[in-house]
Amino acid sequence: MIWDFEWTWQVMPDLMQGLAVTVQATVFGYLIALVLGLAIAMVRRVPVIGTIVHAVMEFIRTTPLLVQLVFVFALAPSTVSALTVGIVVLGVHYSAYTAEVYRSGIEGVPKGQWEAARALSLPAGRTWGAVVLPQAIRKVIPALGNYLIAMFKDTPLLLAITVTELLATARQVGSAGFRIVEAYTVVGFLFLLVSIPSAILIRRLERRYAAV
Amino acid sequence: MPPSDAQALITFDQVVKRFGDLTVLDHLDFSVAPGERVTLIGPSGSGKTTILRLLMTLERVTEGTIMVEGEPFSHMPRGDRLVPANEAYLSARRKRIGMVFQQFNLFPNMTVRKNLTEAPVHVLKLSRAEADARAEELLELVGLSDKIDAHPTQLSGGQQQRVAIARALAMRPEILLLDEVTSALDPELVAGVLDVLRTIAETTDITMLCVTHEMGFARDVSHRVLMFDEGRIAEEGTPDEIFGDPREERTKSFLKSVLDNGH
Repeated sequence: MIWDFEWTWQVMPDLMQGLAVTVQATVFGYLIALVLGLAIAMVRRVPVIGTIVHAVMEFIRTTPLLVQLVFVFALAPSTVSALTVGIVVLGVHYSAYTAEVYRSGIEGVPKGQWEAARALSLPAGRTWGAVVLPQAIRKVIPALGNYLIAMFKDTPLLLAITVTELLATARQVGSAGFRIVEAYTVVGFLFLLVSIPSAILIRRLERRYAAV
Repeated sequence: MPPSDAQALITFDQVVKRFGDLTVLDHLDFSVAPGERVTLIGPSGSGKTTILRLLMTLERVTEGTIMVEGEPFSHMPRGDRLVPANEAYLSARRKRIGMVFQQFNLFPNMTVRKNLTEAPVHVLKLSRAEADARAEELLELVGLSDKIDAHPTQLSGGQQQRVAIARALAMRPEILLLDEVTSALDPELVAGVLDVLRTIAETTDITMLCVTHEMGFARDVSHRVLMFDEGRIAEEGTPDEIFGDPREERTKSFLKSVLDNGH
């Protein structure tokens, strides 16, 4: 079997389109995970509601992402696109993990900081926004970054709900042209192409914020 | 029984504080007059710090009531009864009180200026310019004008504590609570912090409650000394009485142990 460069080159635009969908799902899913995870971590400190939210998050963390995708896709109204379902499910699933990361960061802020804020009568918004979260988030930036890469690597699961992301595109063009090896090799290469720079970026952030 | 007259700024009436099975304050009665500087001494675990934490609303009383300015503080009136104060009630009254902590508790993510202006801007609603002016004035008082744009981590412990004192004063409290403010400092840094507090005591009429092991400072600055033991006041008097001629055996042995430790 000989590697067909010409064919590979021809399908590249299709594969790049697939990659664009993958990156899009990752970016929007990650934004949801960042915002929702933080909200969950904060709500978890509220009695009763916090316990309920915690139970829901435990459920999400202990069931497979693939099952969640297929389940929600089956229940979602047909007017909602598969990609939207994928982004939301990815985001909510990962928010269960980012919430734990934020929580550890919040718990790492010394009790004295809360007490000083209280002694100064700072309102809750300032206590969180100006005192606690800036200190908590700084410490967990590397851990949050790792979930970005993990989520990126989970996006091929979206093919199960008909999203034509990178892997689904490769499968289509690969089987149509009987060039499976080329197609999947390029997929692996493209994943690397995005993962490695992201990993380097995260490593840098880690070094920058680990100091304090 | 101390007088619980209308003159008192702070009154503790039969205050009990328990943590689980541990009784930290045991039916405590005492009051503090406006402008009075009171030092609380006694062995650790005797409940001194808890008194400050109750006043700062970092803890809540188990039983009894605390009054500030003749108004219920730990409790609030509802109909003709007193019920435990809710957060809104407390936050309206807490602003009169400032606290300096043993561990400084400056906000490490903010500059010294931000530490001093955060609450005046967002709680007292001062303009940035007013808050800045106040911060500059207070930093001059504590001798750290040149550190206004420094971060707390760049300061020594003694400097951090002086900034923390300035931060508490920036709220213009009527009552200043000092919780072992020199205990976490290296010995050579203690004097600078105590000098600042002496200046504040001499130049303002702020009411001070001070938990300390610095007996020399307590003697110089306070009007009255309360000796605590096992959640109760074992003895109280002027500094001369307590340090010069203690009556209680517990006071004598406590003072001896503190002095033996080189304070």
